[in-house]
Amino acid sequence: MYGLALFKGLGVTMKNLVSPGRMFTVHQYPDRKIGLMGLARMNGQNPLTFTFRQPAEAMKALVGLASVRDRQYQHPRFRGEEFSWYENRCTGCASCAKYCPLGIIKIVTDPAKTDLQEGDKYFLEVFDIDIGRCMFCGLCVEACPYDALHMGSGFEEGRYSRAELVIDKAKLVASPKRPSHWFRPQLAARDAYNPLEGDEADSHDVHRHEKPSLSQQRSRWGQR
Amino acid sequence: MSYEIHAAGILDFGSIYAFIDSLLPEGLDWLAFTVGGFVLSFIVINALVMSTAVYTWFERRTLGRFQNRLGPNRWGPFGVLQPIADLVKLITKEDTTPDDADRWVMTLAPVVLLVPTLLVVAVVPFGQDSFLGRLNIGILFVLGVTSVNTIAIFMAGWGSANKYAMLGAMRGVAMLVSYEVPMALGVVGVVLLSGSLALFDIVEAQPIPFLLVQPLGFLIFVAAASAEMSRTPFDQIEAESELGSGYNTEYSGIKFALLFLAEFMAPLINSMIIVVLFLGGTRGFSPVPGQIWFILKTFAVVFALLWVRATWPRLRVDQIMGFAWKGLFALSLVNIFAIAIEVVIFQDETGAITAGQMWIMAAINWAITIAAVVVTARTLGQRKLERRRASPSPLANMYAEAD
Amino acid sequence: MTIKTEPVTINLGPQHPSTHGVFRLRVTFDGEVVLDVEPVFGYLHRGSEKLAESRTYVQIVTLTDRMDYIASMSNNLAYVRAVEKLAGIDVPERAQYIRVISAELQRIASHMMATGFLLNDLGAFATPLMYCFRERERILDLFEMLCGARITLSYMRPGGLLQDAPPDFWPALDRVVKDLPASIDELEQLITGNEIVLTRTRNVGTLTAEQAIDNSVSGPMLRAAGVQWDLRKADPYEVYDRLEFDVPIGADGDNFDRYVVRIQEMRESVRIIEQCVRQMPEGGPVRSPAPFFIRAPEGDAYSAVEGPKGELGFYIVSDGGIAPYRCKVRAPSFINLTPLREMLVGGKMGDLITTFGSVDIVLGEVDR
Repeated sequence: MYGLALFKGLGVTMKNLVSPGRMFTVHQYPDRKIGLMGLARMNGQNPLTFTFRQPAEAMKALVGLASVRDRQYQHPRFRGEEFSWYENRCTGCASCAKYCPLGIIKIVTDPAKTDLQEGDKYFLEVFDIDIGRCMFCGLCVEACPYDALHMGSGFEEGRYSRAELVIDKAKLVASPKRPSHWFRPQLAARDAYNPLEGDEADSHDVHRHEKPSLSQQRSRWGQR
Repeated sequence: MSYEIHAAGILDFGSIYAFIDSLLPEGLDWLAFTVGGFVLSFIVINALVMSTAVYTWFERRTLGRFQNRLGPNRWGPFGVLQPIADLVKLITKEDTTPDDADRWVMTLAPVVLLVPTLLVVAVVPFGQDSFLGRLNIGILFVLGVTSVNTIAIFMAGWGSANKYAMLGAMRGVAMLVSYEVPMALGVVGVVLLSGSLALFDIVEAQPIPFLLVQPLGFLIFVAAASAEMSRTPFDQIEAESELGSGYNTEYSGIKFALLFLAEFMAPLINSMIIVVLFLGGTRGFSPVPGQIWFILKTFAVVFALLWVRATWPRLRVDQIMGFAWKGLFALSLVNIFAIAIEVVIFQDETGAITAGQMWIMAAINWAITIAAVVVTARTLGQRKLERRRASPSPLANMYAEAD
Repeated sequence: MTIKTEPVTINLGPQHPSTHGVFRLRVTFDGEVVLDVEPVFGYLHRGSEKLAESRTYVQIVTLTDRMDYIASMSNNLAYVRAVEKLAGIDVPERAQYIRVISAELQRIASHMMATGFLLNDLGAFATPLMYCFRERERILDLFEMLCGARITLSYMRPGGLLQDAPPDFWPALDRVVKDLPASIDELEQLITGNEIVLTRTRNVGTLTAEQAIDNSVSGPMLRAAGVQWDLRKADPYEVYDRLEFDVPIGADGDNFDRYVVRIQEMRESVRIIEQCVRQMPEGGPVRSPAPFFIRAPEGDAYSAVEGPKGELGFYIVSDGGIAPYRCKVRAPSFINLTPLREMLVGGKMGDLITTFGSVDIVLGEVDR
């Protein structure tokens, strides 16, 4: 009372001003300004030797002009705004299109070109995902029975026009294969696979089960 | 090393007159004076504008750190070029005027707000020989000129034909007029003690800072000054959570830049006045020049105001008015009475008071201050603040069925 | 002599810094005094309830994320519980515990935001807001570990959860839970005793217990009015009946009590999370086998949970198809706005903003 709590509040803010260990509510992206100490630590030297060896860099850091690339820590389970798709795993069953709450996945398949050697599979003519309308809920990934479609980890998908936001089959094939751990425990179980650090996974790595060989399939089908 | 009246000066404004006079032929003293005056005003005003720019950067950066943010840090080293980026943005923005606006009033308002703010520096002593005008009624001039702000704020609110702006302006007028009273009465204590209205004499009359001699006056003056420049907890004029942006809602472009400049200059100017009145102005310990002491003290006051801004919420408009009339007004009367009686008791035939006597006054005044503040806090706030103990309402009780 | 004055009508919103979204209040002022208030909403109406009628039961989970977008977990929980009740799906025990943990984390995050914005409305220059966001940020990091997203979570499914928490979630949760009480203490030091906050919020926007019950108000607003009513205790769902916690109540039902109740609820939530982590079974399934295209039997079901803002209920009518015939949401934000006029009229403009902020609404939920 008598305004003492007002001064207690001032103490709290001062504590936040001076204590160096406070977590910042903002994180700088894509790069962050770095001071001399930080830069030296990044180069694995102590500040004095760093200043001696690279005076120009040290000066830049001292006046606050040095910056390093940075990005907030994200869990490998992070659902990014992109998809990783493996063409040879996709059968064209269109489960993803059915599960999509917004109906933004468009799939056109051609049954005439069934590839019997690889197991039953439609030939995909069109596979469009309109990520301009996508809300990245991941239901399509949850639905995919063959682990062909995965959430990606990137999020820098800004484009200048809406038309460019439609991902077609060519783009999906060409896109980097960095599937997120999201709903893919087999990826989480792999040792030290972190898509956010640039690790890639090929189509063999993302499966839940080993693909049966042709003879195994024949014997299984023969038993039925 | 002693606490001197004017620590060694580094900037002698008078030498500039002398220098210009030496360049001109004989008999043109008036011209030298005019040119020198212009040159000095130019330097001082630009220095002030520049320091305001630096202050905006400092304020945003420090507020950021208070709030666990980084603050502006992209432009230039540690973001110091941020004010320039802001200025470029504000200048290149479209300067819109609403259809219903009173164009002349709206356009003039930023000028009317900025000019009195700048005028105050005319009488502020930055150092022993660093001043623009040695006015013998300096403090009256400061009080008079700053009250023009009221008109400017009302012009801005009225001219822009916006209800939010109008509400902000009405609040502003009511509040600024109310806080003129405690502000002036807070100064009276200083004037009584120093026996002069001139800011120079006030500095000279402070063998120990008046903050120690009359803390109550200091509190009153700081509260009133932060209301005058509409800083938290008295920022009702803008009250961005209530009125959008208050009186400057409709302003954009360069007009907003001027309002912004005046608004951010006010804390600096007010801090200077506080330093002169209560912290001994240019006084300091000898090897360091008086100007540096002045800047350091101003910085300290600015930081304290910033600290308060970062911490406290804002009072409601009627509570602010109540605080002015019920709290500050009464306290300032107590202060005046106390100081007046003490001055009568302690001063000698010439009206001078020694430092030793001031220490005695300080002891008495601190006791008076604590007592007065406690009594005021109790009468104004205590009754409201007590909490009842919570008891569950019998109307619906989820435990009732279980029992 | 009397001065002839006219009341002024001001549109507060839909573009206004403290309407918490696109809410509009047509307020009639006599100077600074509020004479009349007329809320206008619907600016954020996206037809979620109608959209639900053309979505399968699982797909609707993504719609619920977007109603109360600062408390998605609670929305998910309320919805999937209604579906489970309708279709008779059992939930594994471990899933129930993780559901409770995530719902309580969400409650803390939501209350942090409510407290921060209340102080922002009071005019604190974003400092308490930033401190609140600092803590909320850590909770969102936890959510990112659970489900890969921070706001639109879609973590729960009828029959359990999307997937189990990753192993690194538990140590991270421990750290957050350990740090939270200290952070709440710091927040209280900054706010609770502050005389300016007290003078601004005490006896302002008062809602009596009778008024609160008459207006069907729920959540912290109801409890601040002194009514001890919490669905977690009154109608325990999931595993709340195995947990020990108190239901904090306020004395006067004013803005300050609402703030205090929220702070105390955060402390209770921390307690609940600690108990859950201790009691939870190791391993086991987190999702019972339920088809993606759930065909709920004909009939209807209503299920409500105690969300951060109040009783959040979903009423689902099924005609036996793969999509609900009707999906009605009892949105607490919307219903808590009912006594707005009773609380605001006669107050000052500053009180209007504070009271409105203390109700803690999310426009996504009000307009749905």
